[in-house]
Amino acid sequence: MLQGHVIVLVAFAYLGVLFGIAYYADKRADAGRSVIANPYIYALSLAVYATAWTFYGSVGRAASDGIGFLPIYLGPTLMIALWWLVMRKIIRISKTNRITTLADFVASRYGKSALIGGLVTVIAVIGILPYISLQLKAIATSYAILLQYPEISMPPSAGGAPLGADTAFWIALILAAFTILFGTRHLDAAEHHEGMVAAIAFESLVKLVAFLAVGLFVTYGMYNGIGDIFGRAWLEPNLLPLLTPLEGVAGGYGTWVWLTILSMLAIMFLPRQFQVAVIENTDERHLKKAIWLFPLYMLAINVFVLPIAFGGNLLFPDGSVDADTYVLTLPMAARQEGLALLVFIGGLSAATGMVIVETIALSTMVCNDLVMPVLLRLKRLRLAEQPDLTALLLGIRRGAIVMILLLGYLYFRIAGEAYALVSIGLVSFAAVAQFAPALLGGIFWKGGTRLGALAGLSAGFAVWFYTLLLPALARSGWLPISFVEEGLWGIALLKPQELFGLAGLDQITHAMMWSMIANIGAYVSVSLVGSQSADEHRQASLFVDVFRQSGEVGGARFWRGTASVPELYNLLARFQGAATAESAFADYARARGLRWPGDALPADAEFVHYVEVQLAGAIGAASARVMVASVVKEEALTIDEVREILDEASQVVVYSHRLEQKSRELEAATAELREANERLKELDRLKDEFVSTVSHELRTPLTSIRAFSEILREDATVDAAQRRKFLDIITKESERLTRLISQVLDVSKLESGRVEWQGARVDMREVISDTVTAMDQQFQEKGIRVQVLMPSEVAPVNGDVDRIIQVMLNLMSNAVKFCRPGAGIIEIALRERGGELRVDVSDNGRGISEEDQRVIFDRFRQGGDTLTDKPKGTGLGLHICRQIIEHHGGRLWVRSRPDEGACFSFTLPIEPVQEKAA
Amino acid sequence: MGKQVLIVDDEPNIVQALEFLLSRRGLRVSVARDGGEALRRIEADRPDLVLLDVMMPVMSGHDVCLRVRERADLRHIKILMLSAKGYAAEVNRGMAIGADLYITKPFSTKELLAKVDQLLDLPA
Amino acid sequence: MERDEAKGQRLVALFILGCLLFNYPVLSLFNVASDAFGVPLLYAFIFAAWAVLVALMALAVESRR
Repeated sequence: MLQGHVIVLVAFAYLGVLFGIAYYADKRADAGRSVIANPYIYALSLAVYATAWTFYGSVGRAASDGIGFLPIYLGPTLMIALWWLVMRKIIRISKTNRITTLADFVASRYGKSALIGGLVTVIAVIGILPYISLQLKAIATSYAILLQYPEISMPPSAGGAPLGADTAFWIALILAAFTILFGTRHLDAAEHHEGMVAAIAFESLVKLVAFLAVGLFVTYGMYNGIGDIFGRAWLEPNLLPLLTPLEGVAGGYGTWVWLTILSMLAIMFLPRQFQVAVIENTDERHLKKAIWLFPLYMLAINVFVLPIAFGGNLLFPDGSVDADTYVLTLPMAARQEGLALLVFIGGLSAATGMVIVETIALSTMVCNDLVMPVLLRLKRLRLAEQPDLTALLLGIRRGAIVMILLLGYLYFRIAGEAYALVSIGLVSFAAVAQFAPALLGGIFWKGGTRLGALAGLSAGFAVWFYTLLLPALARSGWLPISFVEEGLWGIALLKPQELFGLAGLDQITHAMMWSMIANIGAYVSVSLVGSQSADEHRQASLFVDVFRQSGEVGGARFWRGTASVPELYNLLARFQGAATAESAFADYARARGLRWPGDALPADAEFVHYVEVQLAGAIGAASARVMVASVVKEEALTIDEVREILDEASQVVVYSHRLEQKSRELEAATAELREANERLKELDRLKDEFVSTVSHELRTPLTSIRAFSEILREDATVDAAQRRKFLDIITKESERLTRLISQVLDVSKLESGRVEWQGARVDMREVISDTVTAMDQQFQEKGIRVQVLMPSEVAPVNGDVDRIIQVMLNLMSNAVKFCRPGAGIIEIALRERGGELRVDVSDNGRGISEEDQRVIFDRFRQGGDTLTDKPKGTGLGLHICRQIIEHHGGRLWVRSRPDEGACFSFTLPIEPVQEKAA
Repeated sequence: MGKQVLIVDDEPNIVQALEFLLSRRGLRVSVARDGGEALRRIEADRPDLVLLDVMMPVMSGHDVCLRVRERADLRHIKILMLSAKGYAAEVNRGMAIGADLYITKPFSTKELLAKVDQLLDLPA
Repeated sequence: MERDEAKGQRLVALFILGCLLFNYPVLSLFNVASDAFGVPLLYAFIFAAWAVLVALMALAVESRR
């Protein structure tokens, strides 16, 4: 038997631990070392989505509907994939405009309209009440059941208990106190609650661990695994419908789809989800991890729902135990005291997490978007003149927290017993779904107007109220039930759950259909018919184009007027306290290279906007606008002026996009140019080198020619023999000069492709015989033995016979030049192989070093260092040969080892080749 | 005794022309075909003047010039550089590393002899 | 920025894939009185598809390409 005080003690100890975590995180945040600024905490904090509904209710729904509980988790799984597009934008907008709540966001988008902020707040508070009551019910029920341990009996209806004896009432008060401690210890300008987020992340872990623990215990402790549970379920005829699930159960595919859509919207627009996902977000890059971690969490916490549900159905077949309590009653039935207590704590963490964040978010809304705008407008209160309003703000929030929890309790007392947990929660989901058109439309469609948003929100909310909330009250006996069964005033078409005769749908699907038609219809049509004020136009542009703007200056362009710095300072100090105002001003000054206090800050549009945004952090955009307007003299901009500014801005954006593109193109072109320039420079350098080398090569024979000519002319004493010798030299050097010039011309023609090639059938045998004959005298002079090896017949090649002879002559005279002096042997071989003719010319000279082999085919490169080695050649012969052979489609190369002679070989294709385009 | 001149060039025809011209002038002439040989001859003959070609195999005229200028006992030797590369940069480089005069090929024989006379302090 | 856009597009594709998987008519293919390892086929399919989808989403946002 678990004593009541033990349970209470454990519960309070758990809350104490939570508070400790929150306190620690707040301290760390104050010290500038945030613990929540990491993507894992962010993802865990998003799991505040899983409340007592998930913890207890999913199993309950699964036990009666089978798979019907799942869309609530599949929706967020799908939706979060779009967060990179949608949520990133919302976060960016919120940070840029210092949005503090969902209501603030919508109000701010539609021209900072206090009316819209108030309406959203009312819808949110009323819409969420059932959801809060669900948490109270879950805690109260689980406490009551655990109290009976090890007996399993359902607690009596709470409806009749006196207030003081009702656990739920005390739970509501305790949670209110706890939330006040959590969320309103001090006033944060940005509405960041680091401690709360840390505690929520911890709670997400606790509830996951508790649920997995009970899931594992039921599946593997009480049964023999998942297969065993389903195996037994197949044998139970009354469970069979749950095993082939979507047939005739829970409205079929239509309900499935609507629940998916509903939960997609809920994951974004439940005030607590907006709070943790947007307001408490410290870095939009955290979305990346959350995008897959959050769905993973959803998957993990749902894996054991079906096994537990079927396990419960098998264990309690008579229906005496409420399926919503299986998670707790199954371990109790197995006499697992510790596990039962862990489950209770898990459920408590799921419920408290939701209640804390939800009420903090709602209380901020109530304060900033409902109460303050009204108070500030009441001139009699002279609030605007109060020196310090921070205490008032905190007071309003604390009051709002208590009020919201008490209203939640009230709803629990009135309607809580009529529905299962999940049904209660879905009513709230349907309420917050009403924000979707105005909010999503607001960030993607500039045309949405304030009146359109008002109309859409009102229409959607009215339909929700009529089709979901009133029937709930009626079924609980607070309204005549005839209202549901016969319709308002007995008109059948007005039956709240079969509106206009639309029957056959479950109540959520029915309500969603009509409310969305009304909401979207009104929003779009009123927006299209009406027009925007200057304020709206500006805000619409700021929101939709948030990714195209930089920083907070965006809003400042639209302001014109006069202001005084001290007045702005006093204003900020009144709402945020002197210290905060001081540091805000100092920040502003520092960012502009000024000092505060000390330097005079310019009271320009940018500064006024800055103050307004700071103020918005404390009291919401709408109120901040009113307050700032009270201390500055503003000249209202007309709609045309705003439009002008916007058009100009968007033109600038378009222009700068084009500019960017142009500059990218320019960069690419520049890079190409640079590359081309490098190539040109290299070519230029090569050309310079060529010219310089040619000039050197020309000057050398010229030197001899000139010197001997002058000697012969000026010195009469030269005898006849010497005279002849000198003239001989002059002749030879002239020939050398001529040869050089013609080869240079050859090279330049070859390289520029201006050679006129003669095409004919060439018999290589003939070419070789002719050249050997032509060289015969030189061979004899130097005593060189020549061996020619040729087949008796070879296929003709196609080419320029003179050019090929030129190559042969060149190779042979090289061989002559380099073969062993006195005992020279030159071998010439002709072969036909693989479709080509191959000619080898080898000598038995000193050979060519490997280094030289690589360069001898280049221009002016001869064996040895070009700079200093000057054999008799021009250094162009081999270069020309290679060009000629390659032109004919062949290859020319050399093989040689030092002291073993060199062998120059070239090939010519037998098949007539297409002349290369010159 | 006439003064001693060393001709360093790898072009035999140019050497022949220079040899003829200088012998006619009454100078004692020796010849080297490359940089290495030039250094050996300088060491052995201690010429008064070296006619030094720049582009030669094994060791260039610039290197020969540098080696000579490094040695205190050879520093008095006059060096007249001959090069087929006539760029101003080449001339400057030759002068910078210690050549006394620099003549571009092809040269006028009259001018060459005048420079040789000047360097050897011979009467014109 | 371009990588952000690529991420967004991949995620939108996964969103569409998920919408197809978890909807009529794909669901109806598995909504039959059959089982996989004792688990009703529909349940098995949904949880498996869910796990695969989460893995793909992780891949889509975390990959550096």
